[in-house]
Amino acid sequence: MTQADPGVWTTLADVVAAACLLLGAYFSLSAGVGVLRFGNLLARTHAVAKPQVLGLILLLIGVALRVRSWPTVTMLALVVAFQLLTSPVSAHMVGRAGVRTGKVDPADLEVDELGGDEAEPRRLPEEPTAPR
Amino acid sequence: MSAVTTTKTARPGPWRRRARRLRAQWTTIVVLTVIWVLLWGDLSWANLIAGAVLGAVVVTVLPLPSVQTHGRLRPWPFLVLAGRFLVDLFAASFHVAWLALRPGRPPRSGIVGVCLASSSEVFLTITAEMTSLVPGSVVVEAHRSTRMLYLHVLDLAGAGGPDGVRETTLALEARVLRAFASDDELVRLGLATPGDRLVRSTARREGRA
Repeated sequence: MTQADPGVWTTLADVVAAACLLLGAYFSLSAGVGVLRFGNLLARTHAVAKPQVLGLILLLIGVALRVRSWPTVTMLALVVAFQLLTSPVSAHMVGRAGVRTGKVDPADLEVDELGGDEAEPRRLPEEPTAPR
Repeated sequence: MSAVTTTKTARPGPWRRRARRLRAQWTTIVVLTVIWVLLWGDLSWANLIAGAVLGAVVVTVLPLPSVQTHGRLRPWPFLVLAGRFLVDLFAASFHVAWLALRPGRPPRSGIVGVCLASSSEVFLTITAEMTSLVPGSVVVEAHRSTRMLYLHVLDLAGAGGPDGVRETTLALEARVLRAFASDDELVRLGLATPGDRLVRSTARREGRA
């Protein structure tokens, strides 16, 4: 191995880290703008559920590439795992609470197949049929 | 997945029952120990033992109800699922980011009901979680008894209308089932035939084990 090798890898990691940080910052910014600009509750949960998660993941990848220590990387991996697990649930809970308490204006919806069907029916389902 | 399985009773009982529950939930304890070690960022005996003790305490004090799973992990369909998930996560995030930042009014949205193929709690949960992250939808209601997911779709026209949303969600569920469901369930739902490569390969592995 030549002397230059570690330097090359360090530079490469730094460049990738910079790209990840910038892209992650872009997604996080767009999530914030989405929360402000989208007109209703359900549309806002989209901004929180998707660009925000990917933005955080990219930011943490950037940090991991820059810090380069295993304890940090494993801890950041845990953060990503829990973010992926919890973010959809929180978006779901906010959306469900909004629909059930009538905070969603039907005029905002093009189609509403839920239409007053909020409560889960008590009857048991018939045998599952093959899809398609 | 195996972290949330096991445990038959949550009733506090004699010590023997607690010991049995600890033995039944050893995978949960292992997972909790791994998380503990990762949090400390240092693999040492002290951390390992402390994590295992804490895991045992958590399992004993806060027992989870049992979750019925009859499935196995198929490596290749799982990779397909994970790879497709990453690609879709990028695509969905770019889409929502663009909708947020572009000038003009946000698109028309709607709530679409999708009837899933499988009635298993676990696969319903996985599909619902992935649906919230991946295509342009967020789960508003999930009814297990009728296998219905109600999704709020941000850009209904861009997602191909209600039928396009149903198609995308059922395709996602099919990928989840191919990755995790049991052979019987795959055959019953028409995702595989008994002689299929998907099913045969696992049958062969079972025979060897």
